[in-house]
Amino acid sequence: MFDGYTSSELMSIFAMQGFAGLSLFSVFVLMALGLAIIFGQMGVINMAHGEFMILGAYTTYLTSSAFQSYFPGLFGGYFFIAMIFAFLVCAALGAFVEWAMVRHLYRRPLDTLLATWGLSLILQQAYRSIFGAREVGVTLPDWMMGSIQVTDMVDLPINGLFVMIIALSIALGVYFLMYRSGWGKKVRAVVQNRPMAEAVGINSAGVDRATFALGCGIAGIAGAAFTMIGSTGPSSGQAYIVDTFLVVVFGGAQSLIGTIISAFGISQAQSTMEFFLSGSMAKVLTLLVVVGILMLRPEGLMALKIRR
Amino acid sequence: MGTTDLTACGRSLGKETGFRKKLMTLAASIMLATSAQAATPPTAEVNTTGLAVTDDTVKVGILHSITGTMSISEIGSVQAEKLAIEQINAAGGVLGRQVEFVQEDGASDWPTFAEKSRKLLRQDNVAAIFGAWTSASRKAILPVIEQYNGMLYYPTFYEGLEQSPNVIYTGQEATQQILASIDWAAEEKGAKTFYLLGSDYIWPRTSNKIARKHIDKLGLKVVGEEYYPLGHTQFNSVINKIKLRKPDVIFASVVGGSNVAFYKQMKAAGIDFTKESPLLLTISVTEDEIRGIGGENVEGIYASMKYFQSLDNDNNKEFVAAFKEAWGDDMVIGDVTQAAYLGPWLWKAAVEKAGSFDIDKIREASPGIEFTKAPEGYVRIHENHHLWSKTRIGHAQRDGQYKVVYETEDLMEPDPFPEGYQ
Repeated sequence: MFDGYTSSELMSIFAMQGFAGLSLFSVFVLMALGLAIIFGQMGVINMAHGEFMILGAYTTYLTSSAFQSYFPGLFGGYFFIAMIFAFLVCAALGAFVEWAMVRHLYRRPLDTLLATWGLSLILQQAYRSIFGAREVGVTLPDWMMGSIQVTDMVDLPINGLFVMIIALSIALGVYFLMYRSGWGKKVRAVVQNRPMAEAVGINSAGVDRATFALGCGIAGIAGAAFTMIGSTGPSSGQAYIVDTFLVVVFGGAQSLIGTIISAFGISQAQSTMEFFLSGSMAKVLTLLVVVGILMLRPEGLMALKIRR
Repeated sequence: MGTTDLTACGRSLGKETGFRKKLMTLAASIMLATSAQAATPPTAEVNTTGLAVTDDTVKVGILHSITGTMSISEIGSVQAEKLAIEQINAAGGVLGRQVEFVQEDGASDWPTFAEKSRKLLRQDNVAAIFGAWTSASRKAILPVIEQYNGMLYYPTFYEGLEQSPNVIYTGQEATQQILASIDWAAEEKGAKTFYLLGSDYIWPRTSNKIARKHIDKLGLKVVGEEYYPLGHTQFNSVINKIKLRKPDVIFASVVGGSNVAFYKQMKAAGIDFTKESPLLLTISVTEDEIRGIGGENVEGIYASMKYFQSLDNDNNKEFVAAFKEAWGDDMVIGDVTQAAYLGPWLWKAAVEKAGSFDIDKIREASPGIEFTKAPEGYVRIHENHHLWSKTRIGHAQRDGQYKVVYETEDLMEPDPFPEGYQ
């Protein structure tokens, strides 16, 4: 398939393909981090994760409309404020959902699955009633839509770079929060041994709520970032949910590092295969490989060794 | 009118003998009765199969998804059908009967479509159903509507390969949409190489099969053909492939939310559609979809359809004005919305030609029916239950509207089973 191309053309295509793989990787990391925190640390399968992401996207949409009509001069920078709003709105809803619904179901994992799935349907219909069934167009500042031309053939999309930077910062932020802060220590203590953590005076209910809210808030930021590359509609969240679970489960449910490694592996495999095969075949093969590996390692790539 | 004149007349004569007065009233009532009879033939005559037709009303069904993922697309069709029904009623109804509609929600779920169509036919006994959108939902309704002998008016452009005695297809079938557009790209734009790209289901695959055959026939070349799962949001790899193969035309049939991702990522990767290298020709992006994608992201692409909101003719101006008045100024009207609007009007014409609501008589009357007030211009029903219609190429503008740059001279013949294209 490479007949008739000059070596410089091939080089630039490989460079861009590498970049495509990396930007897919950052998209996966962004999608999966929020879910990994909730699933990994609390054992709750949050089926409404996609809908939290779309809530973030709608928040971005509202912020952009507000800026367009009230502060058109500052429009170029609204996106950063939108991300903060998206985090706050989603975290607030997450905390409420945890308080109203999830905390009653901690010992019944299958019930949380159904309950959060129900929540996702409720949220979808709520978006439909509030924002209309049609997708909304989020207007982005012009500087975010272009590309940086490195050579004649190589264009690096700015929004791809932007998603990478966000993914990197959030991943680092989560790492410090979880492994370098006092609060993270409490979270890990609760995960590893709840009764013992309670015995030493950790408010495990409070930790649960904050963890759930954090996961939802990160989903909100991811949703805000995805307005650059995807659609914002009542059921757009469904497009992300399968890939998200795939990444988290493959990585090993309780390991954030595992999530990142698995996001890297899956994204590279998929984007390379998409280049050589057709889109649908690439997806099928990726899934087959993942299923195969999970049969050998049911706990995922990086299983945390804990006493049960 | 007649009544008021007669009463006035009767009043002026009232001072004369009571007998004359009585006579006048009698005459008036007889005239009223006969005139009413001319407009509204008796129910027993026009409805021999137990449909929901009374002396002054007739019930029809509207069956689209107003919840779930397809509601994005289908709500426009519901609005158009309701508008058409309202206008028909304002103009005196069908065979003197006001049209009432029963609306059911298919909920983007194909078994629900089948169930709801059964309900409409068996419980509500509707005289016609305006509905379905995706091919999957139509296929779900098909056995039901054929079993109970109903009539479905189906609005979406679709892949063809179907012709049911119980369906009138008011959208284009694949060859109508595709052949003219590829000829246009080859003749007007000098295109030699094509890259076919679509979502992975029956419509894009059948469409691209037809496109590929036609491209081969013209002696041109297909340099790539790809399908992505519905809802796919990462198109960077295929964009790189397109950059490598350098086709003259990207022939796109990506649908739904994937569209937004696809066009945004194309733009971000430095492909400027207004430069037309490559030129992007789509058969799936109507004005409706552009609302979600954003006009600035599709500026410069070409679309091949039978209708664009910007069509410059009197029918369309009236239609657009009426639609906006009914549903709000910020509404946009895409190809399918217009096709949905045709449904009730074509049904009315068929009923009036047949002089009956009976499905069998409508079926017989349908071929050859013309509708001159269609927003897209003149349309006519073919023997095969599809419409003769023109195909047009629109050029997307930044404001989300298409500018019509080409239209076929003649009506395109619908050919759902194209020979040599399968």
